[in-house]
Amino acid sequence: MLGPLGLAATSPLLQWRQPVYIAAGFAGVLGLALMLLQPLLAAGLLPGLGPVRGRRVHRWIGGLLVASVVLHVLGLWITSPPDVIDALLFRSPTPFSVWGVLAMWLIFATAVLALVRRRLGPKLWRRLHTTLALFIVAGSALHALLIDGTMEVLSKWALSALVLAVTAKVIVDLRIWARRR
Amino acid sequence: MSQRPIPRRRLLATAAAALTLGPVLSVPARAAGVAPTPTMRGGANNYLPGAPIVERIGGGGFWMTGTVRRAGDGAPLAGQRIQIWAHTTEGHERDPHSHGATLTDADGRFRLEMPQIVPAFGQAHGHLAYDSGDFETVFLRPVMPSPKDTTLHADFVLVPA
Repeated sequence: MLGPLGLAATSPLLQWRQPVYIAAGFAGVLGLALMLLQPLLAAGLLPGLGPVRGRRVHRWIGGLLVASVVLHVLGLWITSPPDVIDALLFRSPTPFSVWGVLAMWLIFATAVLALVRRRLGPKLWRRLHTTLALFIVAGSALHALLIDGTMEVLSKWALSALVLAVTAKVIVDLRIWARRR
Repeated sequence: MSQRPIPRRRLLATAAAALTLGPVLSVPARAAGVAPTPTMRGGANNYLPGAPIVERIGGGGFWMTGTVRRAGDGAPLAGQRIQIWAHTTEGHERDPHSHGATLTDADGRFRLEMPQIVPAFGQAHGHLAYDSGDFETVFLRPVMPSPKDTTLHADFVLVPA
């Protein structure tokens, strides 16, 4: 998780960017890195954290993810408003921005759903949350992979593959769509 | 893969028809010939009108090249002002010092030295504008095949305003 962040910090592109742009980029890298923790926490696979504390940390990280997305978009907006407006309106010439913007809206939707989850009932909540998480992870990975940015290529592919693999494994293990009592 | 040869008789007939009808049809056919360049998505982003004509932008080392022709007959357009800007090693797209302009030569070609373009917003790309009024405005946003390239090319085909 720290590897991709550390390697991004050595990117030659940084020397030609202003602090706001650099911060915006790192907020994005951090967001992708945090996505690796979420399925692990949901499944209680992280050592030292029981299921209850694991869930609590999962919620906190979820909030951090929303914050990192907001900082990512805000920083890019300050850096170059027309490029971000194009992306948000789905008229950007860059193929990766559409995946980023879709993932952003799904992350926001996840946050709203998480706040009203008690009203949804556990079964519906689990299924909705898992579906959203799957699309968020896929969209974010695609977004990152198509970008020629500060992330070092090998660590970017490794992190993306790991996030996708762990998410898929946990979804299978937790049998989200299995019939329950 | 084998290509189906054109039957000789049809080829001759077509050639004969072209020869006889040529003078009649050539004018409208040529007018439809060279299609105008459409403005690219995002091309006008961070455009600053009225970039000055410069010898080169900043320290140079990278070449932006291109051509300017007239739609229809494809005639080269001399003395046309092309504005250029990009995120380079010396500044962001929004910085005024990242912007400059140049004029096309007698053959409709232009060439402006500028600092190395570096990837910004996910792609190494440049911006070019024709916005002088005689022809319709066109904004281009070519993407470099590799961020290590030290040159980028863009062609304009303009429609009289």
